[in-house]
Amino acid sequence: MADGAKTLKLKRNPMPKQDEHERRRNFDEVALGYTTETAIDEASRCLNCRTAFCKAGCPVNIDIPGFISCIVKGDFASGIRKIKATNALPAVCGRVCPQEEQCEKQCVLGRKGDPVSIGRLERFLADWEAANSAIQRPTLAANTGKKVAVVGAGPAGITVANDLKILGHDVTIFEALHESGGVLTYGIPEFRLPKAIVRREVEYIKSLGVNVVPDYIVGKTRTVDRILQEFDAMFIGAGAGLPWFMGIPGENLNGVYSANEYLTRVNLMKGFLFPFYSTPIKRPARVAVVGGGNVAMDSARTSLRLGADESHIFYRRSRNELPARIEEVENAEEEGVIFDLLVLPTRLIGDSTGWVREMECLRMELGEPDASGRRKPIPVEGSDFRMPVDAVVVAIGNSPNPLIPMSTQGLDIGKKGNINVDEATGRTSRHNIWAGGDVVTGAATVISAMGAGRIAAASMHKYLMGEAAPEQRPV
Amino acid sequence: MYRIVDVKHVVPNMHELIVEAPAVAESVQPGNFVIVRADAQGERIPLSVADWDRDAGTVTSVFMQVGASTAKLARLKAGDTIPTYAGPLGRGTAISKFGTVICIGGCYGIGSIYPVARAMKEAGNKVFTIIEARSSFLLYWRDKFKDVSDGVFEITRDGTAGKKGHVSAIPELLQSKGIQPDLVVVNGCTFQMMRVSTITRSPGWKTIVNMNPIMIDGTGMCGVCRLSVDGQTKFACVDGPDFDGHKIDWDEFLARRKSYSPEEVEPLRKSGCGSHAGCGGKEQGR
Repeated sequence: MADGAKTLKLKRNPMPKQDEHERRRNFDEVALGYTTETAIDEASRCLNCRTAFCKAGCPVNIDIPGFISCIVKGDFASGIRKIKATNALPAVCGRVCPQEEQCEKQCVLGRKGDPVSIGRLERFLADWEAANSAIQRPTLAANTGKKVAVVGAGPAGITVANDLKILGHDVTIFEALHESGGVLTYGIPEFRLPKAIVRREVEYIKSLGVNVVPDYIVGKTRTVDRILQEFDAMFIGAGAGLPWFMGIPGENLNGVYSANEYLTRVNLMKGFLFPFYSTPIKRPARVAVVGGGNVAMDSARTSLRLGADESHIFYRRSRNELPARIEEVENAEEEGVIFDLLVLPTRLIGDSTGWVREMECLRMELGEPDASGRRKPIPVEGSDFRMPVDAVVVAIGNSPNPLIPMSTQGLDIGKKGNINVDEATGRTSRHNIWAGGDVVTGAATVISAMGAGRIAAASMHKYLMGEAAPEQRPV
Repeated sequence: MYRIVDVKHVVPNMHELIVEAPAVAESVQPGNFVIVRADAQGERIPLSVADWDRDAGTVTSVFMQVGASTAKLARLKAGDTIPTYAGPLGRGTAISKFGTVICIGGCYGIGSIYPVARAMKEAGNKVFTIIEARSSFLLYWRDKFKDVSDGVFEITRDGTAGKKGHVSAIPELLQSKGIQPDLVVVNGCTFQMMRVSTITRSPGWKTIVNMNPIMIDGTGMCGVCRLSVDGQTKFACVDGPDFDGHKIDWDEFLARRKSYSPEEVEPLRKSGCGSHAGCGGKEQGR
């Protein structure tokens, strides 16, 4: 080992996990979290660089060296306070953020060895706070008398509500579903993000005085304009909309699900507890999941937990191009998910009762990089084959939710049905409406939605306090 | 929580549910549906709206008891509460002056066609309502339609009321009265809507059906309510639920509706909708 590296701890502490043979049949959380000793040891790897590149890599600019040095000192209460100064959902982000693409990617230690496990340390502090009932509420600014409506209690909406409540505004969140959390509740499975944690975070913002109205579908129950008669500004974080399908024959056969449907049945509606919960879910033996992102991994791993004998991921490029987090790919592999890479489904074949029975596919090879920078999959002639399936889950993304674009005048809507905003402020073409998250970007990450929420909240605050004059009048 | 104003057993197996939901009552239109959960563990089921009182803030649905969830709803009493009553959802039936409009209701759809007939009448149409059931004792709201129709006709399979037969008798019935439709709107079980769409094809009567697929969120997110219309995949919750009945792939739709039939009655351990084999014994009551 080179001299200068002697004091460097190049290897990160592994995340303790549930045994892979056990966990593939239960819905309990897979990653168990660092112990106090491990957390302090991991924190002590941080070099406390003069320029904190990691912080710049964080969409919500968490003071990463700051909270890590608190862990080293064993001052966990100060550590969590530093995180919560800019992040309302640390227990969530510590679990589901793609840190390897963000903060940890910038970590100087990562050039020689493993980057510091920033996400795991964030999770450690958030869990410590909850376990020790040490949750400290921030001091709220004096009431401004301004009323803000937030559409959607997902990551973007919760962030906006948190920030604007702290700044002294009166905040009401309108949530379309019966449970808050958005994708954290209906999309991400229990084994990756326990719903108790999501509920805890929602209770926290309620405890700040944020009013959450469930079962309220903005655009339908009341229009945006009707709501704005009673509010000074609105943030739209309505989230994901209609799922995309491949456009191949047989996609409306029984047994073919969008990932949204499949995961919602299990996560939001608790189909895995049927009939105690009354939403049913099928438990097919041979499941094919189409797609290579985190949602595809979640779907394949869910199907194993529902008792599938075989769960396959079908992805048209190679393992290197999988958009999912590498950690989730590894988890899926450990649990026995079968990866059928460089394969493109071309047709779904059903039986006489309308249920899917077979999937016809083509093998692919990689050509030159395409517009996305990834190597383009090209069909291999004559490589078509069929495989028997009992269920197909299509996890190739979704468009933004259509209800508000459909029902609101004067909102600038993009080609894909997304709401267009000014990137620097999150403001829409309407002067008192901001938007962020999947309804703007299409399917993206929890943290990017939170980042968008943070930017919008700052801009909304300026507007509400009269620091920025309205640029235009309502339509 | 939403307070139950009343649950009435209108005819065997058919229940009228009146719920206090001022926000829904404020915006509801004919052809809309609501998403309802009967209890904290309940599934989200869509119910077509059948009436409302904007001043009182109440909304009425008529639903058929077919599975576990509708059985829970049917057991509710005035003063009880339910955790979810969300809506109004769907685009609502397009109302304008078409000329002569035939409103056809069967099953739970006798309820949900009522506000369509009323709105069509208010829009200046000549409205003829046809309600259909196996027997006279299954017809309901028979007087209610008189105020919103220029004529009300009944069809029963056993001939105990009105014309004997089923919906395929409609062209003959209309011809005998000299009625030439400009638009036909049907609310009812899937089989009935399919049959009407079949018989109105050759005379070329434009036919709107209010589709009733399985739904979960009902807000344009999960995609389970998809159906093929004119070869395109549409989502009933946000693109419909009203569609042109002549353009629907009915075989595919019927197969999709039946996909959870075994599970729907599993918690009940008893049969619900045997006599309505046409609608696939589909839970959700609509």
